[in-house]
Amino acid sequence: MCTAPHKLAMKFDDLPDHWRAQLSIDGSAEAPCLWLSGSWALRGTVPRYGEIAAQFAAARRIQIGARELSSWDSSAVNFLAALTRDCRARKIEIDDSALPDGLRRMLVLVFAVPPAPTRALLNKPTLLASIGLATQQAWRDWPAMVEFAGEILLSVARFVSGRARYRRGDFVYLIEEVGPRALPIVSLISFLVGTILAYMGAVQLALFGASIYIADLVGIGVVREVAALMTGIILAGRTGAAYAAQIGTMQVNEEIDALRTLGVSPIDYLVLPRMLALILMVPILTLYAGIVGILAGMTIAVLVFDVGVYEYYNETLSALELKHFAVGLIKGTVYGALVGFAGCLRGMQCGRSAQAVGESTTSAVVLGILLITISASVLTIFFQKLGI
Amino acid sequence: MTAAPHIEVRNLTMAYGDYVIQRDLNFSINRGDIFVIMGGSGCGKSTLLRQMIGLVHPATGTVLYDGEDYWAADAETQVQRQRGFGILFQAGALWSSLTLAENVALPLQEFTTLAPDLIDEMVSLKLALVGLGGFENFYPSEISGGMKKRAGLARAMALDPQILFFDEPSAGLDPLSSRRLDDLILELRDSLGATVVLVTHELPSIFAIANNSVFLDADTRTMIAYGDPRELAEHGVDKVRTFLNRGVA
Repeated sequence: MCTAPHKLAMKFDDLPDHWRAQLSIDGSAEAPCLWLSGSWALRGTVPRYGEIAAQFAAARRIQIGARELSSWDSSAVNFLAALTRDCRARKIEIDDSALPDGLRRMLVLVFAVPPAPTRALLNKPTLLASIGLATQQAWRDWPAMVEFAGEILLSVARFVSGRARYRRGDFVYLIEEVGPRALPIVSLISFLVGTILAYMGAVQLALFGASIYIADLVGIGVVREVAALMTGIILAGRTGAAYAAQIGTMQVNEEIDALRTLGVSPIDYLVLPRMLALILMVPILTLYAGIVGILAGMTIAVLVFDVGVYEYYNETLSALELKHFAVGLIKGTVYGALVGFAGCLRGMQCGRSAQAVGESTTSAVVLGILLITISASVLTIFFQKLGI
Repeated sequence: MTAAPHIEVRNLTMAYGDYVIQRDLNFSINRGDIFVIMGGSGCGKSTLLRQMIGLVHPATGTVLYDGEDYWAADAETQVQRQRGFGILFQAGALWSSLTLAENVALPLQEFTTLAPDLIDEMVSLKLALVGLGGFENFYPSEISGGMKKRAGLARAMALDPQILFFDEPSAGLDPLSSRRLDDLILELRDSLGATVVLVTHELPSIFAIANNSVFLDADTRTMIAYGDPRELAEHGVDKVRTFLNRGVA
């Protein structure tokens, strides 16, 4: 029975006042009694067992109870759990019969399931290690990309032979999503880029009194290179990201597994229609972007550099040849296919969480732009060598 | 003087646009009740729960907590009230980019002034309470569906809420896990004195833990029974008895 205060290693009076409202100890050093009282609340002051553990250095048996305990929450449970854990480790007997039923039951719950072995958090890799890991990942990525490209080619073969399974309704929707709905942003960006190109060129050409050649610069530049490049980059951000997020979310929801178990190839059903929609729509978008870019150049030339509309029109017609359109459309088609490839690949590789969907989407855009840039360089050299 | 019920749903009508899901819902939940919202699929159980926890505004009517009108209160008061709720969503709704410990710690970091090491202790305690001691550094994608629900419960309990809401807690769990979760809910109610509101149509869970309930009917689009589910199974209206006795009236 605990009644008389025992000689404490640390004088209890030395503890902060608010602790005295919540804790008191009496009994002997070998058999101390710990009393919880007052209000224990997470949002208030919470006594810590670690700071009074020394009081029980000589204890063989501890009684815990409550005296005028007005309210308690998990802060009291946490305190008692730490005490119990310590006592169990030191083989000290605990008598908690004087605790309120609720508190005792919570303690039983805490210790009901033995804890699993803890696992340390993985250390964040150093800068050098990060570079190494990224390089390894990029190296491993190439075979996966080649394999995915192979699967798409097989799917195209099935499509051509009429054996690919996909929903025509979805295909029409995808075409609408890629083409007509992208017109506003393609118009805006192409017009602005055409304006920039015309203005930059015109300032230099005006020095030689050759402002009329803005038409050549803008016409050839936009039709041959810029329209395709800008359309590709817009689609990487708009459509490639959407593909990765759609297919990635389907991975999270096991929808792709459901397709596979039905015997439906997700490449035929999801990837091929998306790739075809892009390949069909991108040349049209590229052509449209080229026309908008030329109109932007004409606007600047006419309004700022006093070039006549008819003059500009004639100069553009004489500068542009069919081969320029062919080069631009071929590049646009290749960029579109690469954007679709990057979006679908990252979607299919997506993990099973919201975070993974975000990472796939980011990666799809980055990969799309990277592939566009690489192919732009390769195609430019290729067409130069061919003299086109 | 009789104390106000802990939760009171008053003249509540739920609708999506012009389509009324349920109308004229009136019931109250006392402190310490384990209250079940039941009914067939698509009758509006989860929608009612979302209106009770402040995610969706009712078409008409309101919800009162301790006699205070939740929907008439200003935004700040509503947020304060919501902090007193612990909510377990159907699939756990754990934040996938955070570990279990970080998931549970987030409410403690945001809404208490506890020292970081004490937060770590509290997180371990909450995870131990749901039988997940040692899983602090696991990500949600690395654990099973049942464990996700328990981790979700640990997060719901982080701030020692006075009201716990559960949306289909047993869905997708095996019978043993479901039974363990029921026991845990009972223990939490008995130990902490929390009020528990459940959406479920798992009959074993309903009979094992609930002491009060409301039955929402999809045909008449209103509540057709209110009371202890065991009583309703014996003496309720035909439709409710049929539901609670697995098709045998």
